[in-house]
Amino acid sequence: MSGTKLKQVILGAHFPGVNNHTVWSDPRSGSQIDFASFVHLARSAEAGKLDFFFLAEGLRLREQRGKIHDLDVVGRPHTLTVLTALAAVTEHLGLVGTNQATYNEPYELARQYGTLDHLSGGRAGWNVVTSPDAFTGDNFRRGGYLDRNDRYVRAAEFVQATRELWESWGPDAVAADPESGAFLRAATSPGRFAHQGVSFDISGNFTVPRSPQVHPVVLQAGDSDGGREFAASSADAIFTRHSTFEAGQAFYTDVKSRLARYRRAPDSLKVLPGSTFILGETAAEAAEYAHYVRRQQVSPQTAILLLEQLWNTDLSAYDAEGPLPGFDPVPEADSIIKGRTRMFDDPVATARQWRAIAQEKKLSIRDLVIEVTGRQNFIGTPAHVAAEINRYVQEDACDGFILVPHLIPAGLDEFAARVVPLLQERGVVRADYEPGATLRDNLGLGPARPASDWAAARAEGAAAKAGLEEAVNA
Amino acid sequence: MPEAVLQETVPRQELHLAVALDGAGWHPAAWRAPAARPAELFTAGYWADLAVEAERGLLDFITIEDALGLQSARRLTGPDDRADQVRGRLDAVLIAARIAPVTRHIGLVPTGTTTHTEPFHMSTALATLDYVSGGRAGWRAQLSSQPEQARHFGRRELPALKGSSLTDPAAVALMRERFAEGADFAEVVRLLWDSWEDDAVIRDVPTGRFIDRDKLHYIDFEGQWFSVRGPSITPRPPQGQLPVAALAHAQVPYEFAARAADIVFITPGSADSDGAGHAAQIISQVRTAESDTERARQPLRIYADLTVFLDEDEAAAGRRKERLDRLDGAEYRSDTAIFTGSPRGLADLLLEWRRAGIEGFRLRPGVLPHDLEQVTSRLVPVLQERAVFRTSYAQETLRERLGLEPHPASRYVKEAR
Repeated sequence: MSGTKLKQVILGAHFPGVNNHTVWSDPRSGSQIDFASFVHLARSAEAGKLDFFFLAEGLRLREQRGKIHDLDVVGRPHTLTVLTALAAVTEHLGLVGTNQATYNEPYELARQYGTLDHLSGGRAGWNVVTSPDAFTGDNFRRGGYLDRNDRYVRAAEFVQATRELWESWGPDAVAADPESGAFLRAATSPGRFAHQGVSFDISGNFTVPRSPQVHPVVLQAGDSDGGREFAASSADAIFTRHSTFEAGQAFYTDVKSRLARYRRAPDSLKVLPGSTFILGETAAEAAEYAHYVRRQQVSPQTAILLLEQLWNTDLSAYDAEGPLPGFDPVPEADSIIKGRTRMFDDPVATARQWRAIAQEKKLSIRDLVIEVTGRQNFIGTPAHVAAEINRYVQEDACDGFILVPHLIPAGLDEFAARVVPLLQERGVVRADYEPGATLRDNLGLGPARPASDWAAARAEGAAAKAGLEEAVNA
Repeated sequence: MPEAVLQETVPRQELHLAVALDGAGWHPAAWRAPAARPAELFTAGYWADLAVEAERGLLDFITIEDALGLQSARRLTGPDDRADQVRGRLDAVLIAARIAPVTRHIGLVPTGTTTHTEPFHMSTALATLDYVSGGRAGWRAQLSSQPEQARHFGRRELPALKGSSLTDPAAVALMRERFAEGADFAEVVRLLWDSWEDDAVIRDVPTGRFIDRDKLHYIDFEGQWFSVRGPSITPRPPQGQLPVAALAHAQVPYEFAARAADIVFITPGSADSDGAGHAAQIISQVRTAESDTERARQPLRIYADLTVFLDEDEAAAGRRKERLDRLDGAEYRSDTAIFTGSPRGLADLLLEWRRAGIEGFRLRPGVLPHDLEQVTSRLVPVLQERAVFRTSYAQETLRERLGLEPHPASRYVKEAR
């Protein structure tokens, strides 16, 4: 490896919430809504020299069997409001939030992220998600208006329009010169924009002057083929599911190989899996603690509900300590869980696999669920976890991780205190922040690419991809 | 002991005082004044300093102006091409969020628009502002009526309102419609705040339940402009219901305030005794609007808006304003009365207007930070001397400071009883 420059490990800190990963029943677990909890995690992330804080979003409470799901954490704040408040109590940490492209409008969201970028000195990032479900739409003016297949069309155009708004004020539009009396450099109304497309036909004047990053960082969450292509054509980073080392390498290669047709360099898109971890003094201690946490995460009631999500059937009559259902899932029925991303691509095959595992290892429903869902991704001593994280990054299974602690608010403290120093020793995590560095700087993204370049490259890339598919089909 | 402190620091007839922050101040040439910070208008430090200064003066709250379009010298016909005035604004709710952690007491009342935006997002954003500020958040609800702002969203056409159209029946009808949408919007925002009962989060380990779902409620609002199912994604904010404010100059907005708000900002026409008479007249219009709408909430808190230029004496303040007028090329006019004079003179005027029934004032500093500092360092001590203004903050939440019911129960709790 000598002579080879080591990749820097990108690290984000996810404030966990509404799924069974978050252990709210632990005595050490604090409020999921008080600002102090957000401050704690953000400060812990900044103490560990992490790149960014990450907050997810959901716009309708989840329901299962037609009732509001009550076993996991329920309730969350408004993403942008918390992130902007956190800008006051942190100095260097990136502030990244999830926002829907479906139930927002570019003008308003561009204002909000532009504002966050100004008020944080260039630390804003937006994780674009898109959901067309009418269930969520019930809370919004338009309802569930979007066809599932059109969601990435709207999302890509949304990101494009947003970038056009972000750069609609020229770099030196504000003179603020009392001597000459020029607040603006030019005597034309600033922030002019006009965007015409399939999803948006908007024009006028934007109110937010160009912000420190010009374009806040754009992340894309979604592992499907459409999601990968959208990331390649439009995003700075992709927030993906954690997978095995080999599957990670395959995903990484696939996503990065899509970049060339959009005239992008491989390192211009960062691959960041969301990952969980358990630390212990010894490997055995960590494994034991991991199992304890898994049992907290999967109560008997939760085990049944998770099984229902795969079977898509009411299984409330089943005993969590008993055997699995003998019949196959019912994928064609209306989804039993609403407000959550589909978790399984092929439910019937997965269920048969689960039944086989349960039979072989003689596992109850609860033990099976503990075994096959949501096992922590990194388990071990700080030295082991640091080595694994570094291996994933240096050997191109990813560019870093979005860490998801299972305890709020202190779940990242030990990682920051014990794993980060080992990564710093290896020279793959910064010893300290560069004063005044933006999130783009910290992620090694370079200056914002002009919106018109994005648009032109997207059109070329789409044409290239169509040609490629034609050739494959021929 | 707390009672003794309370008696000492809160005069019985406490006068309420707030400031309205906007850009470099309300005069269009304010950014050219000597102590102005025109290059910092879009930075966190600028807003934090103003908020801290207002808090030093023990003011009730600050409001932060906002709109979904650029400022313009032509109010109703869209952007102009003037390069000599401040243009550009950040999102006010987020400015308030950025300020919250660096202040402890002062209320934070950002402007939020009810046209084009989503009531669901507005409700959760404001509830979250209440969390990050520990119960100090409010909301000034504002409509958007400019057609060019509708084009920023591209989802509907809004017909133009012509200038001086307040008497034109067609324009009044249009305005009524937009205010009706605004009232529905505010209702949904409030329903969502109530959609979680205060004690919905139970964290019951034996049954594995994080919430008691019987304490979460679908709001099932159906209206002409939107339908919203609920419940909110955000638990009930610390204050239960945030104070809602509206600026109102005429009958239709008085009715809107009566339906939707807790505080109304009114604009008596002149900064003198005639203004006091006008104030009394507006107050009676507001009270009539309240009874006509069968308002269930406590009576509106009535604040008068007043633009202020404050110096040692009237002559100095007048000279300062004239200089700014010259720089701008026109005499500054406002939708409010303009007071130009000394802090002592302003104190006299405020007390006179208070005798006419005004409970509080939202002062619009002509120039920032100058006129804000005159309020905090000169006006407030005069009012304290006269024992009509607090000498320390006694209340924790904005509702308490405004004398509103401290924590109203969710209406869904009331229904169940």
